[in-house]
Amino acid sequence: MIGKHFGRRALAALMMAGSLGAAAQAGEVTFWTWRQEDKAVYQDLFAEFTKANPGITVKFEAFPNENYNTIVTTALAGGKGGDVLHARAYGGLEAMAKSGYYLPLDKSNVPELANLPDDANASESLRADGKVYAVSLAGQTLGLIVNKDIFATAGVAVPGTWAELLSACTALKAKGITPIANGTATPWMDAIFATVFTNPFLGPDWVKDMLAGKTTFSDAKFTGALAKLLELKPCLPDGFTGVDYATSQQLFSAGRAAIFVGGSFEIAPFKRGNPKLNLDFVPPPAPAAGQPTYVSRFFDSGFAVNAKSPNQADAIKLVRWMATKSFAEPAAAKLGNISSLKDVAAADPLLGKIAKLNETAMPYIGLVYFRYEAPTGTDLLQDGVQKMMGGTEQPEGVAKAITAGLAKWYKPFQK
Amino acid sequence: MPRRPRRWRRGMWIAFLLAPGLAVMTLFVAAPLLSSFRYAFFTFKGVLPDAFIGLANFQDVLFEAPFAAQTWRALWHNCVVFASLMLAQNGLAYLIAFALLKTLPGHRIHQTIVFLPVVLSAVIVGFLWKLFLHPLFGLVNAALALAGIHGPPWLGNESTALGSIIFTNAWHWVGFPALIFLAGMQRISKETLEAARIDGATDRVLMTSIIWPLVAPSTTIVATLTFIGSFNWFELPYVMAGAIGSPGGATDVLGLLFYRTAFGTASSGLQDFGHGSALAVLMFLFIATTSGIGLHFLRRREIEA
Repeated sequence: MIGKHFGRRALAALMMAGSLGAAAQAGEVTFWTWRQEDKAVYQDLFAEFTKANPGITVKFEAFPNENYNTIVTTALAGGKGGDVLHARAYGGLEAMAKSGYYLPLDKSNVPELANLPDDANASESLRADGKVYAVSLAGQTLGLIVNKDIFATAGVAVPGTWAELLSACTALKAKGITPIANGTATPWMDAIFATVFTNPFLGPDWVKDMLAGKTTFSDAKFTGALAKLLELKPCLPDGFTGVDYATSQQLFSAGRAAIFVGGSFEIAPFKRGNPKLNLDFVPPPAPAAGQPTYVSRFFDSGFAVNAKSPNQADAIKLVRWMATKSFAEPAAAKLGNISSLKDVAAADPLLGKIAKLNETAMPYIGLVYFRYEAPTGTDLLQDGVQKMMGGTEQPEGVAKAITAGLAKWYKPFQK
Repeated sequence: MPRRPRRWRRGMWIAFLLAPGLAVMTLFVAAPLLSSFRYAFFTFKGVLPDAFIGLANFQDVLFEAPFAAQTWRALWHNCVVFASLMLAQNGLAYLIAFALLKTLPGHRIHQTIVFLPVVLSAVIVGFLWKLFLHPLFGLVNAALALAGIHGPPWLGNESTALGSIIFTNAWHWVGFPALIFLAGMQRISKETLEAARIDGATDRVLMTSIIWPLVAPSTTIVATLTFIGSFNWFELPYVMAGAIGSPGGATDVLGLLFYRTAFGTASSGLQDFGHGSALAVLMFLFIATTSGIGLHFLRRREIEA
């Protein structure tokens, strides 16, 4: 008796498991992403797509961010998975695309790639074959998020040069305000913090020289830029080595700190958390008056087509549409980000300002060029900066460790 | 149809009862263990095993920069964790057990209090103490400030971070070895202890010369579990210091190193199952052999006592 019942239940369970893995119906494209929080936005946009392409519906399926890579790669390895996949960029893309899971995109199957700037397409390409594997969605810009009201009440001007920043710190501290909200306890924030402030000291020409192998991170320019960060110690919260990302966000959104060093992706959560915040986004201070300054930029995700999708024709239609303004403009407005597409007007004036700053942006070096193999540029930078700000490492040591670490896999540094 | 022999039916029945457990163990313990053994000998192309490379992954994590430096640093931290927990946590547990053994007034409620944190999950305890140790809003520094002391950012200083997490572990876990020691002490016959008392033994003599050798079986259990726990240490450092072992790797242990090598971190999505599996295999071999040898000696000590 027991055996019989057990057998039936097992059979039922097997049938259920089987139906979960069943292929999508014809005319239905499944879209996989880690952005559960954007479900409503995507579903609205996909409804527009169905209006323009009758007979094709899009099913939204989200997975937890931490497990997304594992879930997708496991599904793809088994010949399953969504038809259109939200893909990572740069090294994150490479980890998943080099196994042949994504369909290569080019002008023949996705002519709309021409709507994207070259550096956006490069962010979704593999170094090995130079082919594009996804349509880039958005770019992120790194700089200073500023609480305008704090500066106004304190009677301090938003700093434009390094010297002005240091004197603004002193003035704000005298009024009991933490000048910069960032602590160093969360490593990935340290890489962003260092990139934002060092890039204006390095300049685009240094990046070109470094990529060409003419110089490395151990040179005087990079070491000098790192050393500048030490001057910011008095601007940071008390006990900043123990202040993590969440605390930094709290300090800033509670109006206890004047500046948050971070990405454009922080703006929407800050506004949601405290709608009264009067925010501005400014580039980091220039080394001196009259010198140029730069925000830092990277592209962060895109849309790929599953190479083994049984519904590839419809999937390509969706991705082509995602590379047009019909998708990009409302998506950028509703998601609160800056579209990767050329000439997409920003609905939000602040994002419009950032889009303008992007025209002269420098790359987020550690991520854009060095997040392909271990140890990554950002891992080395964040580790070194965390130690340096904690006082257990010198700028020279940090710079040397970055060059030596990258030389493990980055050919131009192998001498 | 001939009747099947009784023994055959009995055997079938036992097999039927064992099958679910065996299936679960095979599927979720033996199979992953064996596959990680296999993966350790391959390079990876994305998440798929690519080429067989023999012992190269082991060579990398043990002897090649920059992996090797991290491996040895993490192993050293695990050793520090083990030594400190043995001395501080288990030493305190022994004292607490002895105090409870004396059945002073209120010993029952104390027994409960000491054991209470053990039932909390490590993740909750980690978050709780991360808040307590916070440099701006933390209870610990607020209390120190009352005494006029400016407390350091405990989890942010390379010199205090690992110690703070070890302390948290001891706070969380001290009740468990205390209970095991207490059970061991309660098994000692009353006559032995009374005879020692009549001969004029002080508490110190009782603890060091009479009870200590007689609770050898408890010590074996506590030492073995602490060893395995210390070298598999993951939840607390992960919650309190993140996958990278902040600050600057000062709290990096083998569990974290394995996790971020195999699965990547928030900032780098790089997954490397080859090196990760090699680390997992090394950890397994190290823990299995060392605790095997340790157990052998501790058991021998039990018999001598």
